[in-house]
Amino acid sequence: MQTISEQEAKERIARTIARHFDQEAEAGRLFINLGVGIPTMVANYVTSPRIYVQAENGMLGVGCAAPEDRQDHDLINAGRACVTETPGCSYLDSAASFGMIRGGHVDATVIGAFEVDQDANIANWIIPNGKQLGVGGAMDLVSGAREVVIAMQHLSKTGKSKLVRKCSLPITGIGEADMVVTEYAVFVFEHNQLILRETAPEITLEELRSITEADFIVP
Amino acid sequence: MYSDKYSSVTDAIAKVTRGSRVMVGSFGMAGYPGALIEALADSGIGDLTIISNDLGAPGVGLGRLLSNNQIRGLIGTYYNWNPEVATAYNEGRISVKLVPQGTFAEAIRAAGVGIPAFFTPTAAGTQLAEGKETRRFDDRPCVLEEAIHADVALIKAYKADELGNLVYYKTARNFNPVMAMAADLVIAEVDEIVPSGSLDPECVITPHIYVDVLTMKGN
Repeated sequence: MQTISEQEAKERIARTIARHFDQEAEAGRLFINLGVGIPTMVANYVTSPRIYVQAENGMLGVGCAAPEDRQDHDLINAGRACVTETPGCSYLDSAASFGMIRGGHVDATVIGAFEVDQDANIANWIIPNGKQLGVGGAMDLVSGAREVVIAMQHLSKTGKSKLVRKCSLPITGIGEADMVVTEYAVFVFEHNQLILRETAPEITLEELRSITEADFIVP
Repeated sequence: MYSDKYSSVTDAIAKVTRGSRVMVGSFGMAGYPGALIEALADSGIGDLTIISNDLGAPGVGLGRLLSNNQIRGLIGTYYNWNPEVATAYNEGRISVKLVPQGTFAEAIRAAGVGIPAFFTPTAAGTQLAEGKETRRFDDRPCVLEEAIHADVALIKAYKADELGNLVYYKTARNFNPVMAMAADLVIAEVDEIVPSGSLDPECVITPHIYVDVLTMKGN
């Protein structure tokens, strides 16, 4: 198994998800919400003009990151990064913005995760180490968005599989994950099963099984 | 510009009493009523319950209230931007009630529109639903969430007219319009007060019925 650098892993995950959205947008307009970290990078790689980015702090039609000389600290995304407007963008209050999400109007959300288990449970809001105290919009997004795409590196910093049999950390939502994209593979959840869709060229199926704790089906 | 709702920042904050439940608009530092919070920190009024998305950063903005020991309890969504919150909570100095961000916004909206509680699928089956009634609707477990009301709301808007109609600026809108509906006393800090009739009625986000006091920085 060839190792993949962290930077390359992140870019590959973002590119893979962007390609998935470009394909989905061939059928029509697509509204997506992007979490902090790798998910935000997805916006750099989508090419379809029919993709619109929603930010849960109250904006539809989020543009690219603001260049240094054009930063407006009252124009931010949910990761508090300064962003830009796109033509036709709009602003909402927080209740309307989450109403848009909870109401099922946002097609997909991309989020990071500490763990995802083979029953599609997601753990991404807290590591109970006494240092964290916050949930933000994570629970609203996983239960509200139509499709939940998990963008995460395959292994934790200590080399453990992040795709597990059962989440050990407090969960964000029950059975909400639809797709998991790592630098080594793409998985989808269908009919309560985790199914392998793609494998990276650097890895064999046997090697993938050896670094993945969760059971998955190879079609 | 004359408005019978106009008050200096100091006089406005003098209306906040010890032990009050105080709602504060903002997402990070966007849409943050800075002059009001500085005055609240200077006043030293204590035993407050602060209802806000986050608590700024250590010693900055709302974080100053914690450094000053003015806070008894917090109700909000995300305190990872201010690690002093977890420390104070772990040491038993403050209580913290974490609410998913969309539920938080909706609970505030609910208080403003006369809905005492509502069911939402967000957080069902998670730690944040423990102790709350859960019922199935459309075959989905939903959590009963109660409205969040406050004694005072400190909000930030871009412009007011003399009557107190408010318009906002970009993502500085966030929680401000729903908080304007959910407190007994609503104090709005604005950048500018314009004559009545000069705001486009189609663009007013918060009608003046909700606003009790107008104030401006530096006055």
